Amino acid sequence: MIIAGIDCGAKNTKSVILRDGKIIGKGMTLTGFDQASAVKESLDASLKDAGIDARDVDKISGTGAGMEEIKDAAMKVNEIRAMAKAANYFFPSARTVTDVGAEMGRAVKIDERGKVIDFAINEKCAAGAGAFIEAMARAIEVELEEMGPMALRSDKSIPMNAQCAIFAESEVVGLIHAKTVKEDISKAIHDAMASRIVSMIRRIGVNEDIVMIGGVALNPGFVGCLKRELGIDRVYIPADPAFGAAVGAAVVLKEEA
Amino acid sequence: MIANYGYKDGSGDYFIAVDTDKCDGCGRCVEACPGTVFEVVDEDPNDPFREDPVVIVARDKGRKLKYECGPCKPPTNRPALPCVEACPQDAISHSWDR
Amino acid sequence: MGEEEKKQEYWRWTESNWKNPDIKWEDAKIVTVGIDVGSVSSQAVVMTDGQVYAYSNMRTGSDSPESARNALNLGLEGTSMPESRIDYCIGTGYGRVNVPMADRSITEIACHARGAHFIYGPEVRTVLDIGGQDCKAIRCDEKGKVTNFLMNDKCAAGTGRGMEVFADLLSVPIVDVGERSFEVKEEPEPVSSICVVYAKTEATGLLRKGWAVNEVLAAYCSAMGHRIFTLIERIGIEKGFAITGGLAKNRGVIERLTKEIGVEPMHTEWDTQIAGAAGAALFGYALVQKGKGRRK
Ligand code: SF4
Ligand code: SF4
Repeated sequence: MIIAGIDCGAKNTKSVILRDGKIIGKGMTLTGFDQASAVKESLDASLKDAGIDARDVDKISGTGAGMEEIKDAAMKVNEIRAMAKAANYFFPSARTVTDVGAEMGRAVKIDERGKVIDFAINEKCAAGAGAFIEAMARAIEVELEEMGPMALRSDKSIPMNAQCAIFAESEVVGLIHAKTVKEDISKAIHDAMASRIVSMIRRIGVNEDIVMIGGVALNPGFVGCLKRELGIDRVYIPADPAFGAAVGAAVVLKEEA
Repeated sequence: MIANYGYKDGSGDYFIAVDTDKCDGCGRCVEACPGTVFEVVDEDPNDPFREDPVVIVARDKGRKLKYECGPCKPPTNRPALPCVEACPQDAISHSWDR
Repeated sequence: MGEEEKKQEYWRWTESNWKNPDIKWEDAKIVTVGIDVGSVSSQAVVMTDGQVYAYSNMRTGSDSPESARNALNLGLEGTSMPESRIDYCIGTGYGRVNVPMADRSITEIACHARGAHFIYGPEVRTVLDIGGQDCKAIRCDEKGKVTNFLMNDKCAAGTGRGMEVFADLLSVPIVDVGERSFEVKEEPEPVSSICVVYAKTEATGLLRKGWAVNEVLAAYCSAMGHRIFTLIERIGIEKGFAITGGLAKNRGVIERLTKEIGVEPMHTEWDTQIAGAAGAALFGYALVQKGKGRRK
């Protein structure tokens, strides 16, 4: 059976194609302001990647902030459930999952079958989501992709006072004016962000193994700060963490079918 | 006086309200709180004529309350909040659950 | 610095000082000073026996002690009063612990309530202060004593900064925001995101959908009005409602806010920006009278 999982997120829309439970294709596109066409585009990209035709897909499963726009979906999977399943799919030993995307941060405690036991969410405030790092990158005029590697090159701990993405912009600009090197500023930014995500994880309890999915998992600086804050050596991250929820949605549908 | 420490942001309301007419500054909440959110001061900074000690929440803590109080607020199986439990005067209340 | 210029544009007021011609400081028994160092502006109020004798209002520089010093100098300018004549000085505001000449500091919450009580009279019960980087809502009794308060300085939504970010995004001079937000055929739905970062994204989407700039402004002003409304709701609104702070001058937000509240704001002849410093000077006066302040 061929299933497409689509995650229509705030920033990117991601699609994966699963054949008998194995990933055979992926596609991602910017969501922009027209969610429906982003859904179509990302699906087309994933079909092309898999080398199959739209008619070959048996069922579509949707998740993400814009899941209502996935018109052909046979099933709409709540984001928490999708991320829990994804973690279990990639790492059966996972007990805690965190998903940090452009506009949200979540932490979920799961059992050995990937069932949700408990969860905590942060949304609607950019300070606790990937948007925070993006805004800071703009403020200090560094490419977003550069932020993480830069942070890794610093071993300073500069505390940040602002707890708001907007106020933090002025704070980092102030640091630049005070001639603080950008590596140290980048580290401060990631530390601040990681401490917010960690306190959310602590609410559900830190149970190893810890899995991270979502676009921010691609940022090595963030992952480094996260490990340090949590006091653990390893965070499990799948190959393409941004596709986590899409995979989870597809797996949920497969199991129910 | 009801002193509301904390904030409201896009994600919700996170205020700890201290009724300073009830609080006598005994400091039990300070001991009970694992996040060191509270502090007893000799003079209420918001009421210069008050002569007795009272508890406050420092500003930098106030801006992070959602996170500072997070460990005491598991989503399920929530025990009573340590600070609220500890206060003999019933002076503390929290505005948020989640 | 671009940042600085923008602020100056926003807080369209000129640095000023004022002296009460009917008072001779030489006759005063007690002279007290309140200095309010805010994130954007600083004020010094000089009181003789609890009456405003002189005041100054100026922009806060990058350094709090220096801003306090400049405010005091400007306040005393042309008065011939020597600084040594001051019996007691209180610092307040965001930079209150950095006022070198202050004998003590008192929070802006307490000072604002007391100052509003002085400026608006004893009928004032609810004071809303919307500053550049925070929003305070205070309830006080007939003596100007605080009974309930909250201060939000964590989130930019509902502060001058939030409005600044929007004006910038839409390239509208901040002083025109209020007027232009009423130049719409029909009141649009408010912007739904509270977070300024997400509201910006939302606004970009609205523009792309073909909304006029003024409509987006209106949608943001009403979102901001509502946001501030939900903040004061927490402390409860009583009649005798006063609005101070920089954003009080933005009709777009204030008219939409007061409509939602259903209570008309009070008026005063005084410059409302001196509320905090006036409150501080009054506290100084009361403390000296009670024998708790320094008296040389
Ligand atoms: S336990 Fe209660 S009475 Fe004691 S200091 Fe804390 S709030 Fe005040
Ligand atoms: S404006 Fe700042 S604090 Fe407020 S919701 Fe946005 S990021 Fe959070």
